[in-house]
Amino acid sequence: MPNCKTVVPFRGTPEQQARLTQVIEAHKGQPGATMPVLQAAQEIYGYLPEEVQIMVAEGLDIPLSEVYGVASFYAQFTMNPKGKYQISVCLGTACYVKGAAAILNAVEQKLGIAPGSITPDGKFSLDSCRCVGACGLAPVMMINNDVYGRLTPDQVGPILDMYK
Amino acid sequence: MIRSHILVCTGTGCSSSDSPKIIAEFEEQLSLQGMENEAKVIKTGCFGLCALGPIVTVYPEGACYVHVTPDDVEEIVSEHIVKGRIVKRLLHRGEVDAAPAASLSDTNFYKHQRRIALRNCGVINPENIEEYIAVDGYSALGRILTEQVPPQKVINDIKASGLRGRGGAGFSTGMKWQFTHDAVSEDGIKYVCCNADEGDPGAFMDRSVLEGDPFSVIEAMTIAGYAVGSHQGYIYVRAEYPIAVQRLNHAIAQAKEYGLLGENIFESGFSFDLELRLGAGAFVCGEETALLTSIEGHRGEPRTRPPFPPNKGLGQRPTLLNNVETYANITWILNNGPEAFASVGTEKSKGTKVFALGGKITNTGLVEIPMGTTLRTVVEDIGGGVPGGKKFKAAQTGGPSGGCIPASLIDTPIDYESLGAIGSMMGSGGLIVMDEDNCMVDIAKFFLEFVVDESCGKCSPCRIGTKRLLELLTKITEGNGEPEDLDTIEELCNHIKASALCGLGQTAPNPVLSTLRHFREEYEAHVYEKRCPAGVCKALIQYIVDPSKCKGCTRCARGCPTGAISGAVRAPHIINQSKCIKCGACMDHCRFDAIYKQ
Repeated sequence: MPNCKTVVPFRGTPEQQARLTQVIEAHKGQPGATMPVLQAAQEIYGYLPEEVQIMVAEGLDIPLSEVYGVASFYAQFTMNPKGKYQISVCLGTACYVKGAAAILNAVEQKLGIAPGSITPDGKFSLDSCRCVGACGLAPVMMINNDVYGRLTPDQVGPILDMYK
Repeated sequence: MIRSHILVCTGTGCSSSDSPKIIAEFEEQLSLQGMENEAKVIKTGCFGLCALGPIVTVYPEGACYVHVTPDDVEEIVSEHIVKGRIVKRLLHRGEVDAAPAASLSDTNFYKHQRRIALRNCGVINPENIEEYIAVDGYSALGRILTEQVPPQKVINDIKASGLRGRGGAGFSTGMKWQFTHDAVSEDGIKYVCCNADEGDPGAFMDRSVLEGDPFSVIEAMTIAGYAVGSHQGYIYVRAEYPIAVQRLNHAIAQAKEYGLLGENIFESGFSFDLELRLGAGAFVCGEETALLTSIEGHRGEPRTRPPFPPNKGLGQRPTLLNNVETYANITWILNNGPEAFASVGTEKSKGTKVFALGGKITNTGLVEIPMGTTLRTVVEDIGGGVPGGKKFKAAQTGGPSGGCIPASLIDTPIDYESLGAIGSMMGSGGLIVMDEDNCMVDIAKFFLEFVVDESCGKCSPCRIGTKRLLELLTKITEGNGEPEDLDTIEELCNHIKASALCGLGQTAPNPVLSTLRHFREEYEAHVYEKRCPAGVCKALIQYIVDPSKCKGCTRCARGCPTGAISGAVRAPHIINQSKCIKCGACMDHCRFDAIYKQ
């Protein structure tokens, strides 16, 4: 399972912690606060390592097990840091029947990493995702917020080269 | 004076293909050519023709330009806006008559559609509440609150319309409202929730409604609050839909500013507040009890029903939960009368249904059809058929919970009962078309992989059963299938259907059962002949060079990642099957069509 404890050391800054504390204070005591707080925490830190989960649990005064339970349940939350460029290849049905598997394959070959992992230089991380909703453009790949549609495996290399 | 309106689609599809740049370019060109006071650029939601995006429509002519690039903008402004001459080369062409269609409603794509839920999508600016008000927005809520229409009368209208839940299961919306209305809350608190956790891969109907017409959902939820006696609503929307989230937030803020949401709406004494909750990528949260558990901030696991949410939902209080498209129909029904709605569709399925057309079809996009329209009309007329001269093989509806409709049943009318009878289901509205190049065993395996990935793990039939099913299918696609496997698969499917906890688990075997039912010979070819008729399952195919067509150009050998191809220059090449990893690169590289699969 890729979503397990990371080996990358935690490098949170006091400034990040101050922002998280602010978010926690704003949500404390409200019903259903865990998810919005974790979503904000992931935006601040980029991922949810154990250290951040402990801060959330202590801040909201709920068991760490519950925070971990929520963080590990949803696909959006990640306990591993992401690359500078986050690649997600859509494997929704519309993309799949139009050959998304070959696109994913081409990215894997080009970068030498499997979905759910990151290149050693921290530049690219690769994930597959379920439908970005641009089915009219299938097959689709996203790099950070840029969407590339109507892809063929040949185009993958040149596109990735633009992100060096 | 503004005499031209330039409507640019800013849905997710068109935004991905540069519509924000096109808008900026229009604004620049209009001011460069001194037309900024005569033409106005308006951002709209989805027109539906996503395959041809980005789409720009210019009114009053109604000229619909497709595949517009920022470079085309200058010409549109100088020719169309300045000189009044339509730029013919960019017009959308009707598929049948091949002549440029000046107006959208003349095209085959729109002719067979009936837009009720999508009535405002692509027509109004979703970020401007005044445009919504100008198309009868808030007239239903205004009338109900100022004339103090009894809540029961509102519920009766919804019942009389025959509207059924558009999330897939098709339960009567009016009855749901009635149950929530009748339920007693100990502390008087009830909730109205909207399911916008559209997780079915290949479906984007709800996203398009939220992006193109967010106010219709907000108004409908406010009416629902009045009808069932609730003052607080939640919209549970996928975080993967950033544009929808942003427009909803904007729309909620605007509605509050205009006194149409919040305290004392229309000075009637009725108050209703609305909040967004972002989903975090869990398919199971589309199931109603799981969704409510997720809003409460927990792992989104479903629970047993009854009690149903209208009696015990969010925080154990009576909760009304409807899907986005269901809400999008509400104000139309109240403005036009339940009879008008009930006159569209079939005897048991009233109104229209929105489908996201995808896969191997010419016009991928969003369509809204009257219930009872046949699959043939949708695929051949509206969808423009299968591209590349390939043969239509099957359509898949209902996503991981639905099934396949084979080509032999293409005249099936699309309504809840007819689709159920042939082993598929209406589902939330994904409609994926497959051609002869798609292997049905592989498709069944694809959906099972999805379910195995997304199963929450609470009940064992789903957690373990679907995993075992996937193992059996994998075995078959790898060429190791045995005759008794097919019976085991069927038996296991029936057990999962009967014993899983929630709707996701109970319907998870459907893609397998329906492909087994309609394409059994394809499963048998994999098992008995170790052959994949569509040429998809890698273990069962070989790439072969046709010596009579091969010119010996060496392109394939240079493109092969494993060095499996050998041969002298200008002599036919040979693929070493033991080295071949079946990636298909050789076939892509060959310019003489000399490599084939068998």
